[in-house]
Amino acid sequence: MVELSSNFLFAAFILYLVGILFFGGAIKDKRHADKKNVPNRWSKIGIIITIAGFISQLTFFILRWIASGHAPVSNLFEFMTFFGMSLVGAFILIYFMYKTPLLGLFSLPIAVLIIAFGSMFPREVSPLIPALQSYWLYIHVTTTAIGQAILAVSFAAGLIYLVKSVDQSRRSNSRFWLEAVLFGLVCTLSFVFVSSYFAATEYQASFNYINKAGQPATEEYTIPALVGPNQFEPTSNDRFEPIVETPAIIDAKKLNTVIWSLAAGIVLYVLLRLILRKRVGAALQPWTKNINLDLVDEIGYRSVLIGFPVFTLGGLIFAMIWAQIAWTRFWGWDPKEVWALITWLFYAAFLHLRLSKGWHGEKSAWLAVIGFIIIMFNLVAVNLVIAGLHSYAGS
Amino acid sequence: MNEVKCECGHVNPQGTILCESCGRVLEEKEKEKQLVDMRYEGSARRSQTYNKTFIDKIWNFFSSVKVGVWLIVILLIASSLGTIFPQEMYIPPVMPPWEYYEEQYGWMGKLYYDLGFNNLYSSWWYLLLIAALGVSLVIASLDRVVPLYRSLKNQRVARHESFLKRQRMFSVTDSGLSDEAIGKIKEELTKKRYKLREENGDILAEKNRFSRWGPYVNHLGLIIFLIGGMLRFVPGMYVDEILWLRDGETKAIPGTEGQYYLKNNQFILEVYDKDKDDEVFQEAIDKVGTVVKNYQTDATLLQKQGGSVPGEKPELKKLRDQSIQVNKPLKVDGFALYQVDYKLNEMSKMAFQLENKESGKQFGEVVVDLYEPQTKYDLGNGYKVEIMSYFPDFEFNNDGEPATKSRIPNNPAFIFKMFSPGKPEGEVSFVAIRQNLEPLGENEFKMTFAGVETKNVTALTVRKDLTLWIIALGGLIFMIGVVQGAYWNHRRLWLRRVNGQLWAAAHTNKNWHGLKRELDDVFSESGITAPQDQVSGDKKD
Amino acid sequence: MKNKRLITRTIILAVMALAVGYTLYANMNKDKNQKIVIGKPAPDFVLVDMEGNKHRLSDYKGQGVFLNFWATWCKPCEREMPYIENQYQQFKDQGVQVLAIDSGESELAVNRFIERKGMTFPVLIDEGPVQAAYGINPLPITFLIDKEGNVVKSHTGELSEEKVREFMEQIKP
Repeated sequence: MVELSSNFLFAAFILYLVGILFFGGAIKDKRHADKKNVPNRWSKIGIIITIAGFISQLTFFILRWIASGHAPVSNLFEFMTFFGMSLVGAFILIYFMYKTPLLGLFSLPIAVLIIAFGSMFPREVSPLIPALQSYWLYIHVTTTAIGQAILAVSFAAGLIYLVKSVDQSRRSNSRFWLEAVLFGLVCTLSFVFVSSYFAATEYQASFNYINKAGQPATEEYTIPALVGPNQFEPTSNDRFEPIVETPAIIDAKKLNTVIWSLAAGIVLYVLLRLILRKRVGAALQPWTKNINLDLVDEIGYRSVLIGFPVFTLGGLIFAMIWAQIAWTRFWGWDPKEVWALITWLFYAAFLHLRLSKGWHGEKSAWLAVIGFIIIMFNLVAVNLVIAGLHSYAGS
Repeated sequence: MNEVKCECGHVNPQGTILCESCGRVLEEKEKEKQLVDMRYEGSARRSQTYNKTFIDKIWNFFSSVKVGVWLIVILLIASSLGTIFPQEMYIPPVMPPWEYYEEQYGWMGKLYYDLGFNNLYSSWWYLLLIAALGVSLVIASLDRVVPLYRSLKNQRVARHESFLKRQRMFSVTDSGLSDEAIGKIKEELTKKRYKLREENGDILAEKNRFSRWGPYVNHLGLIIFLIGGMLRFVPGMYVDEILWLRDGETKAIPGTEGQYYLKNNQFILEVYDKDKDDEVFQEAIDKVGTVVKNYQTDATLLQKQGGSVPGEKPELKKLRDQSIQVNKPLKVDGFALYQVDYKLNEMSKMAFQLENKESGKQFGEVVVDLYEPQTKYDLGNGYKVEIMSYFPDFEFNNDGEPATKSRIPNNPAFIFKMFSPGKPEGEVSFVAIRQNLEPLGENEFKMTFAGVETKNVTALTVRKDLTLWIIALGGLIFMIGVVQGAYWNHRRLWLRRVNGQLWAAAHTNKNWHGLKRELDDVFSESGITAPQDQVSGDKKD
Repeated sequence: MKNKRLITRTIILAVMALAVGYTLYANMNKDKNQKIVIGKPAPDFVLVDMEGNKHRLSDYKGQGVFLNFWATWCKPCEREMPYIENQYQQFKDQGVQVLAIDSGESELAVNRFIERKGMTFPVLIDEGPVQAAYGINPLPITFLIDKEGNVVKSHTGELSEEKVREFMEQIKP
């Protein structure tokens, strides 16, 4: 059953990719450029394919639920794929409100990237530890994911705004930072490529080392070790030997993954620049030619306005209720809780700046980008790097 | 107070920009602007008008949204600092905090500790930040909601021309102003659930005014939430204790002033079994090793009968049996006991054999209760063992002498004196785990380890929280307010006959895109021009 | 009218300032002992000493009581025991009683300790209830109880012999 469900996930993944192509076609379709509110044929097919992908992923979700006996939102892989699915769902909703295929061209790749990223982490169906054995698991995690997904649509809208509005011909802070954000996305993509490649070749290297408690321990690497742990000794044969050694308090394996992602990201980015012969932001700009900036600004703002209550409900209220029941205190200042609070405070500031101080347009777009970075920080850095009650099993 | 009387007859509070009733622009400066600032209906935001005394200055400071946003941002940044290194409550209790931070994280860790960031969220400056945010919530809300309420209540149907033409959505129609056309508009408006007020042919259509109160409701929710948080510091409102109980032990539940006792009948731990549990979990279990399935304490709750003084053995009456599991606390009298932790296989008894080193012959077993050891053990036939010293949690202290860290038998060590018919003066031996020393010269006998009995220990958190309902109430009201304010839009349409023309103006507090679509819909079949956006001119959609 | 505004605002600000002030104050003091209030009666208790005699605190009304909480694993406690014993010899005929309560250790450990140190005052073992009633956390801690049964002082940490003498002098009836 688990294998069957995975097939549906894979099918959904492919369908989303195809959907991206169709939305791209919808933008480039010059024949219907004058009919604004009527979605052209490319868009119609695109949205149908997207919906099909969504249903396929939903099937994956349901089948996995049946197979494991609990809602599949209990580890990083499951959460990420659910988050990606919610993002697709949120996009579908907003598409029917505003009929913007360009939004699909930006949000679907982000959703696909998130699902791919999540798939790099342990995928086995695992049983629930006692703290997770509660129906609050379903309620809290799913509502939070949906809230974050709706907020993520504002990121897509913000990106579109910036891609269109930033003047690529002049040097400016905006131009630099936009390119930096796009570089970040490229790094994520290259992390996926690197991990997938080495997972496919089943690369494994293990080292003995001295951990921070001064005890001997073993570390298993799944990608070649550029950076090795404290006082390492290789125990596998013919494996790449680390060039640099880290002190005990730094997790060498995670640092190694980060270095690989950055390095591969740089390589990929340079390649892109060579092929495109301009900045990535500049290369994307023509695609946004026909979009109305005010509309995109509106979409960005509406998604925050709609998503904020949902995120508050799931990420704070339900979280506090469950924490009180399982951990005896509804708030413990553990890193995940603190970063959820930071996310909440940030979007509250966003809404105040927008509604009371009139921050529109580019300012609002940048806020949306920062907000998404905070969400991803909570999802990635807090889960994997900063330890705490909330840590998911990671790589 | 210098009130302002408008031409229409209405008396406005000092500082009002638009007349509360007819909307006429009262302040000269405002007449030069193209559009009127409708955020607070042009009412006098109290803090802008009175700025004389020191009290006023403080009041105005906290009323400002800019200050509020700054407070949010500073709080946000401050909160992130506490996640750089683990907070003190999350570090393992192996050494004092000041040592831990420096040892784990070097000079950065030491700096972290010296700055007090290890307890950031209960530091005085963090609390002060939250307090400032709370004060800002109170003052900013009071300052705005009162005038806004007055304005919306007192608003007239027929607004002054200067008001109408300075609305963002505005249009003038000269012809086709038949009753039928207007009737069509009214019909569409009613279908879209607008409330209509008519006066002398002028119309005010309004809907979802309740949504304007949303922000103030959610602010109220936050204020109640913070009040609940503050009440925690009032004695008696909040209890947070931990209770460690060994299998079979009965102890008073801390925090209940000796009123309630708990007996741990047995602590049970279950792990997922590859064979018995679902096959689908196999791979995960193989990878991780052991995954805990369930742990619980089978407990009996008892209540003290009658008054007794601490130290006296109390009379206990059994109230009930209950299995306390994670996510399923035991509740009694406002207290809740949660299953939080456990320690498996704590040593409870240790057995030794008195053995002749040369012959290997054993002369009797000594079973030592590690909580209440006997002083003397008589093995018969002139063989005796005495415990000279007992160290339940053994370590060598700074002077190199044997000592104990605590009373918990984590690492028992003994100084035995062994008596035998051949050695009536006794021989001394020091016995600890993996250590068997003879400090006073070589002995004939030794104590050999013969086994150990263990017990499990469960850890339960005892919690009483009378502030919980207040905090929950605050959260509920907050959610209501946020939904109320976010998911509906306050929309108004004014229709006025001015000199044979029909003036139409519209306003919404947010989502202009939606308002435009709705207005286009409403006016579509009437032949009258719908209000147009005076801001961006040509819109592509 | 102006005054009404001023009064309203001042009251609101004052209420909030008070609430915040109280919270900060309570936060600073939350780790201090909540159970014992200087000047109020000491919580009564009944414990048995190593010879099997019962001691009830309230029976000592009319005498000053030097109440010391200790344990064998507490180094400062070990260091101050001889001082307490010495001063006890001086003051026991002047109406000062010493009660030393050990924190739930085995009788064997406590007896061996008494043998080594030679204490003559009553030593009692408490399994938990008395320490809970007194809110004991770090050791050693000493409470001075006067002849009316009220706590007149509490001292956390090791005592010098001079301090012990001073304390016993204080509760001498």
